[in-house]
Amino acid sequence: MTLGRRAFIANALVVSFALGGRGLAQGKKLPPSLAKTPELDSWIRVGSDGRITVFTGKAELGQGIKTALMQVAAHELATPFASIDLVTADTARTPDEGVTAGSHSMQDSGTAIVNACANVRALLAEAAAWQFAMAIDKIALRDGAAHAPDGRSVPYGDLAAALSLQVDAKPGMPRRADGPRLLGQDLPRVDIPAKVTGGAAYVQDMRLPGMLHARVVRGPSDGTTVKAADIAAVEKMPGVVKVVRAGRFLAVVADREWRAVKALHRLQAGGWERTAAPIEAADLRETIRRLPAQDMAIFDYGGPPTPAEARVLRARYSRPHLMHGSVGPSCAVALWEDNGVTVWTHSQGVYPLRRALAELLKLEPAKVRCVHVEGSGCYGHNGADDVAADAALAARAVPGHPVRLQWMREQEHGWEPLGSAMVVEMTAELGADNRIVGWRHEVWSNTHSTRPTTAGGLLAGREVEPPFTPPKPRPIPMPEGGGARNGNPIYALPNARGTFHFVEQMPVRVSALRGLGAQMNVFAIESFMDEIAAEAGADPVAFRLAWLQDERAREVVRRAADRFGWAQRGMRNNGGGEGRGTGFAFARYKNLASYCAVAMAVRVDRDTGEIHVPRVVAAVDSGEAVNPDGIRNQIEGGIVQSLSWTTLESVGFAKSHRTSFDWSAYPILRFPAVPGRIEVQVIDRPGQPFLGAGEASQGPASAALANAVADALGLRLRDMPLSPTRIRAALRPKPADARQAAG
Amino acid sequence: MITLTVNGQMHEVEVDPDTPLLYVLRNDLELNGAKFGCGLGQCGACTVLLDDKPVFSCLVPAAALGTRKIRTIEGLPAALPAAFETEQAAQCGYCIAGMIVRAQALLERNPRPTEQEVRAHLAPSLCRCGTHMRILRAVRRAAEAMGGGVRDVAEQTP
Repeated sequence: MTLGRRAFIANALVVSFALGGRGLAQGKKLPPSLAKTPELDSWIRVGSDGRITVFTGKAELGQGIKTALMQVAAHELATPFASIDLVTADTARTPDEGVTAGSHSMQDSGTAIVNACANVRALLAEAAAWQFAMAIDKIALRDGAAHAPDGRSVPYGDLAAALSLQVDAKPGMPRRADGPRLLGQDLPRVDIPAKVTGGAAYVQDMRLPGMLHARVVRGPSDGTTVKAADIAAVEKMPGVVKVVRAGRFLAVVADREWRAVKALHRLQAGGWERTAAPIEAADLRETIRRLPAQDMAIFDYGGPPTPAEARVLRARYSRPHLMHGSVGPSCAVALWEDNGVTVWTHSQGVYPLRRALAELLKLEPAKVRCVHVEGSGCYGHNGADDVAADAALAARAVPGHPVRLQWMREQEHGWEPLGSAMVVEMTAELGADNRIVGWRHEVWSNTHSTRPTTAGGLLAGREVEPPFTPPKPRPIPMPEGGGARNGNPIYALPNARGTFHFVEQMPVRVSALRGLGAQMNVFAIESFMDEIAAEAGADPVAFRLAWLQDERAREVVRRAADRFGWAQRGMRNNGGGEGRGTGFAFARYKNLASYCAVAMAVRVDRDTGEIHVPRVVAAVDSGEAVNPDGIRNQIEGGIVQSLSWTTLESVGFAKSHRTSFDWSAYPILRFPAVPGRIEVQVIDRPGQPFLGAGEASQGPASAALANAVADALGLRLRDMPLSPTRIRAALRPKPADARQAAG
Repeated sequence: MITLTVNGQMHEVEVDPDTPLLYVLRNDLELNGAKFGCGLGQCGACTVLLDDKPVFSCLVPAAALGTRKIRTIEGLPAALPAAFETEQAAQCGYCIAGMIVRAQALLERNPRPTEQEVRAHLAPSLCRCGTHMRILRAVRRAAEAMGGGVRDVAEQTP
């Protein structure tokens, strides 16, 4: 057998990379995003100027994903960070990576880019080996160039012409093992400078030549419609270009934004009516608990049967409907030309949105382009997709003119799909030694995703004539789960089983809110663990550690407890006017992503029922930490947002509409009430898979708060929010307070 | 025709007299900093300085301003934006321009506020991402850069 030069190079390649110290093999299969789009040039292009363009199907939502992905690419390609350009979600340019959600971005796109880069690195080395006429194992890649031992070097840009990336990625290519590690470093985020100086940073900031402004006209919330409007009069208003009607869909296009707003007010002046069935209660958690449900097992850990003498503990926990509450109302810019449409959108899923818009507009998907541009933070499925459809329909009426359409504040509050109300009922059986011998977890919830993939998933799709039917709500299967997410405890409990009671019927429109069911399930499990620990007379942290076998979980728990000074936390004071307490909680997100523990100190004013949080310590293990400060930012933000959900928030309803129409009717946490300080410890795991951090802290933070309040007051609150009203009612049960607390 | 003085420059704009200042800043003067958040004065995303005081530009009719001095984030000195960048004090960042403008007003009036005063002063501005701790750190850093400093800090500097 004669070995050709190429074969030699290929063999040498295997040898040289296999010797790499940190260079872990990447597995036998391509990661899912790369398997779906295996062509290397869909992910990476090397320019003759040495600039490297990386393409991701994920979107920047303010979570810092751009910077983290650029860090990954720069490190793996052994090229300066500044030589990387990143193109994010765009149906005309980037791979289809579904939606940017579920803390999956680093896991999906980060892993795909690592593997694509490993392939490109091998091809760059091969091209240099050809040029220098030497074996590939002599070639070293660093600083954006290939280097030979004799001192010759060639920049990547000069190899670009000889490099063909129109090939499929191969699985199992090793990661870069040499050179300085760009991962694990707090590189400043590339999106921040424009955001702190008033630069153009958002879809809301787009100004295209000839752009018109539009507003959509709707009733106050889902299930309502505006009554007949005086369209002829509005069309005569100054600056009004067109009133757009398609069935019940109604929008107005004007030359100037304020004129569009004035026309909107005029179009709404005729009032509105409810078209759907009345909403039966001001708080819908009991409705969700009672509606017919489809029951499905979510876990069964097996184990010995419960001894007859076991003591039984039961507790019921609940949360109301919650709002995403983006500070900037949703917005899109659309341009209709050549019988097609381009939509600039802050949707989390440009490809699914394209499918839905194509169906709505009766266009081939190729005639619809969706380009992600940042918007205000979304925290899940807010108005982003709906407003994109609104803008596209408005733009269709004025071809050739870009149309910018932003929702009003009351439209975002009134129409965004909510996070579902949920109820969890827990049962534990304790043996004679206070050990847990049985565990039941039952959770009731609506679906946690109605993200649009068809026209019926868009508000406008239900308004056009004939209307599209909303898709049937479905549960998300475990192990990720929707309402059941994190219902399976991480603790090694015997005789433990869980049931998800999936409630198909939706009394109000709901969809994905950050963490889906995890926040409720972790709140319930971690509150209940404290209740059992109290029953057993055990320290809450020691009690958790006794049931935790996963070493990474144990380290996260210990790190948070140590940094907080849990062992020295002092005696609680629940006798006087102010209760002081400490709380602890832990979860591994979805039981397959980031580990996060939260320790919290609280002071509760017994007279006002107000909670102050002087100090929070969190520890997190997100696998290999690409940008630790980015992880800290996500964890801190998750804690503060979760404190807002858990202490203040609850969407209210009247029979005819959602009553939480603005920030006065739906208050969120403001500066005076945020914690005194928050410390986040990141445990870096170089070489381990990226796990994503966006949704790791909400569950533990809300449970740590409830546990701290229980410690401070000597009483357990199980229904969110732990509002001043509920706390006062719990401390001094009076008829007036009790009635309010039920609301 | 309306005349406005923004960031030290006089502008003449042709808008309906009832147009709120926010829309003039964004659409006529093409300044991105002030954002539409609520149109109700509840969130602070649209905050600008009017004669050195923070106001909700979504509520102020542009025609009512005469020769009064308007400042937006685009016209502020670098100390606060630089401190926000150093502290990486943003997630989505939609609220940040309003935060910076509001903080500027405080530090000009009181270069050495207490942390409690900072928190009370920033209360009208909402952040939904939960970036508050970083925003407080950035204001602290900027106060020092401007020759003052925040007193009675709850958080130890790491």
